[in-house]
Order: sequence, then structure tokens, then C-alpha cells
Amino acid sequence: MSTIVPFGPQHPVLPEPIQLCLELEDERVVSVIPVVGYVHRGLEKIAEKKDFIQDTYLIERICGICSFMHSMSYCMGIEELMSIPVPPRALYLRVIWAELHRIHSHLLALGLLADAFGFENLFMQYWKSRERIMDAMECTTGGRVMLSSCCIGGVRRDIDENQKKFVLDQLKEVEKEVTSLNRTMMEDYSVKQRTVGIGVLSKEAAYAQGAVGPTARGSGLVMDHRMSGYAAYRELAIEPVVETAGDCYARTMVRCREVMQSIDLIRRAFAQLPDSELKTPFKGNPSGEAVIRCEQPRGEVLYYFRGNGTDKLERLRVRTPTFANIPAMLTMVQNCQLPDVGVIIISVDPCVSCTER
Amino acid sequence: MRVFTLFKEIMANLVHGPATRKYPYVRRPDFPGTRGRLMIDESKCIFCGLCARKCPSDALEVTRKPDQMWKFDQYKCILCAACVEACPKKCLRMAPRTEKYPDEE
Ligand code: SF4
Ligand code: SF4
Repeated sequence: MSTIVPFGPQHPVLPEPIQLCLELEDERVVSVIPVVGYVHRGLEKIAEKKDFIQDTYLIERICGICSFMHSMSYCMGIEELMSIPVPPRALYLRVIWAELHRIHSHLLALGLLADAFGFENLFMQYWKSRERIMDAMECTTGGRVMLSSCCIGGVRRDIDENQKKFVLDQLKEVEKEVTSLNRTMMEDYSVKQRTVGIGVLSKEAAYAQGAVGPTARGSGLVMDHRMSGYAAYRELAIEPVVETAGDCYARTMVRCREVMQSIDLIRRAFAQLPDSELKTPFKGNPSGEAVIRCEQPRGEVLYYFRGNGTDKLERLRVRTPTFANIPAMLTMVQNCQLPDVGVIIISVDPCVSCTER
Repeated sequence: MRVFTLFKEIMANLVHGPATRKYPYVRRPDFPGTRGRLMIDESKCIFCGLCARKCPSDALEVTRKPDQMWKFDQYKCILCAACVEACPKKCLRMAPRTEKYPDEE
């Protein structure tokens, strides 16, 4: 006889509300039904009511953890619709802020994973390091979470020498701290007991179910949209981080290594930072259709725009990475043990507010 | 098999003391340029209403007739600084979080 256990929407391991109805046979999960819709805010509809410049600030609020990347994707889309060239310095600054966001998002995810398997100390240490990145973002943009530094045609703020030094100093500290914490995440016996071989997603399943980001890369799929070279990524040569095992451990390793990769990227971006204007002035309203893809910490986001020549967009559609990862997440949860469900879900790093917008 | 891998950091943290502040008593100073609060210098404002037009969250309301009025709803403001950039007279600015509004205790 099977039992149905509701997992969420309020659950200690879940940072955001999503419900999974787990059908159990003893302790084994036989089937899962996801229930979403607890944090739907109707942002896509509001975006049609505000003008397209105000939308920049609205779209940023889709997600608190990859806010800059949302505004960047939105601005890239409008720039494509209106053929606005972006100055090179602005492209590099966008990469710097996007990578800062990636680091803080991954540190948050690693901390939450540690919390999910009950390693409180590791959780707090990761978040202590993350605080340095938050400081770096506040120092350079004026906001800890909502940077609001991206605008259509470029960026709103510059990074001066003092701020650059502050960011690089913080990165040095973060690198030191995270290197030693990652060693615990990678090698500790108790951590491995909870992650190795748990929630396996094969490469074929990941591909078939459209997984994106660290979830796909942890299963051996080489897909990182930064390789396509939007913003300044073309000049920065990205090597995607790929693991092959497809379990919670592999996904965690992808994140651990991507933090290091992002630190390296920011350093290289600062070294190559060209001098130019910060933004291109523009006139007129967007018209036509555009599709933009961007690599966020959780994977690839897809934006669809339709403008009709007025100052309001006719349609804006956002397909966020977690939305694409939910089918893969359900596959992982099937046939696992009940106590592992929390760890598996957090290893996908779901962002439910993104998903429901 | 490796165990107690975090031992070194835990010991270091015991010696170094807490990483947090005693919040209400010790506050972290804001960075220069932090978008903490919106402040206006009314003497310079010409009530043109550009700030209200640019505001994405309708936090501002400006009227000229019958009375000149610049009204700001602090709880609607999302601190985006779009109004600061739009103001032709540069009478708006973003102040640190610790600064008080004129009518605040
Ligand atoms: S834009 Fe400036 S001058 Fe015009 S109403 Fe607003 S605060 Fe006053
Ligand atoms: S900071 Fe932004 S939300 Fe606040 S009043 Fe100005 S324009 Fe409106």
C-alpha cells in the first residue's frame, strides 16, 4: 500500500515554496506530482502595462538571486529590437556584475545544500564568504541585491580604481575561504555519504528532459550559453565546467568549480577592461520580435519580446532555468529514499520565484 | 576516508571571534553611493513632474495646480534611482540608509 506525503510548500530545506506530493512505498518514492503557483506575481502582465524603460527595474525583480542577469537579458533583447550598439566597457562591466552574481548564487546554493544534509557549520561558512560578494556588489552599484546598474544601451555606473581594488581584495579573500570549504564539500566522508550516487540523472535523460545549467553539466552535457559569446564573453574564452556522474555530488562539484572559474573571469575582465562610453543614447520605441538567451547561475534563461512600436511591449515571455529543470528534478526524485528528497531538490538549486514570475 | 575536514576553520573561527556585528548597537557604515533613501531639496524643485513620470512603481506624485506639491510614498519606492537621473534640476539624491527624513523622529 502506498502513502502520499506532501513535501512543502513549507519545508525546512526549501528556501521557496514549491510542493511535491510524494507517493511512497515504505521509504521509497514511487511517483511525484509537483504543485506550483504559490508565489505567482503576474510580472509578465505588469511588464505590458509599464513602459519598456521602467520594465528594466521590474524585470530585475523576477528573481533576487540572479537579478542582474535578468535585467541584462532584458536590456540585450531591447537592444536587439532597436539595434542599439553597446559600448565595449559596458559589456565588460556587465560580465563583471553577472559573474559576481554567479558567485553569490552558487555560494548560496552550496550553503543551502550543506544545510539540507544538516552540516550547519559549513552552511554558515559559505554564507560568510558570500557576504563579501554582497559587499562588493553594494560598493560598486549601490544595491546589495537589486543592482539596478544595467540599462538599455549600456550600464548606469562605472567602476573606479578604488572600487576595483575593493572587489579584487574581496575576491582574494573569497577564493582563500572557498578553496578550503570546497575541500570539505569534495572530500569529507559525511558529505559524500549524503551526495555520491544520490539522485542520478543520466546524460540521455538530462538531454531528453531539457535540463539546463549545472544540472545538465553535472550529467555530462557540454552546454553553457556563455560559450556563444554574448556581452564580453567572446573575448574571455569560457571553458564549460562538466562532470559526468550525474548525481548530487557531480552537480555540487560543478558549482564548486564554477565559483573558482567566475573569480578567474572577473580578474581577467578587470585586466582587459577597455575605456569607452558607458551607454549609447537611443530614441524611439521597440517593434518586432526577438528571442534572447543568457546563462544564469541555474542555467539558460530564454526571453521572448514582441514590440509594436509603442512604448509598451505587446508581449514579454520569460522561460527561466528552474522551469526547464523541474522535469529532470522529478526524474531524480523517483526511486530515491524519503530522507534524500531534500538534498536532491536543493542540489538542483530551484528558484521558484523565477519559475512562477 | 577523510573526516573532520572543517576542523581547521572551526578552530580559527573560535579564536577570531564572531563574524557578525551586534546589530542595533554596531551598524555597518554604508558605502558611498549606496541607494539607501530618496531625499529631495524642495527649494530647487520646479514641480515639472518628470520624476513621477519615470518612476516605475508610482511612488511619486507631483501637482502644480492648485497647489504645488511633491508627494513621495516611501513604502512604494523600490530605490531604483530612475527619478534621480530624470530630474532636470538635480534636486533629488540617494542618501545613506542612516540619514533621517525631515519629519522623522
Ligand atoms: S523632476 Fe526634479 S524638479 Fe521635476 S518635479 Fe521631480 S524633483 Fe521636482
Ligand atoms: S527611486 Fe525609483 S521607485 Fe523610488 S521614487 Fe525614485 S523612481 Fe520611484
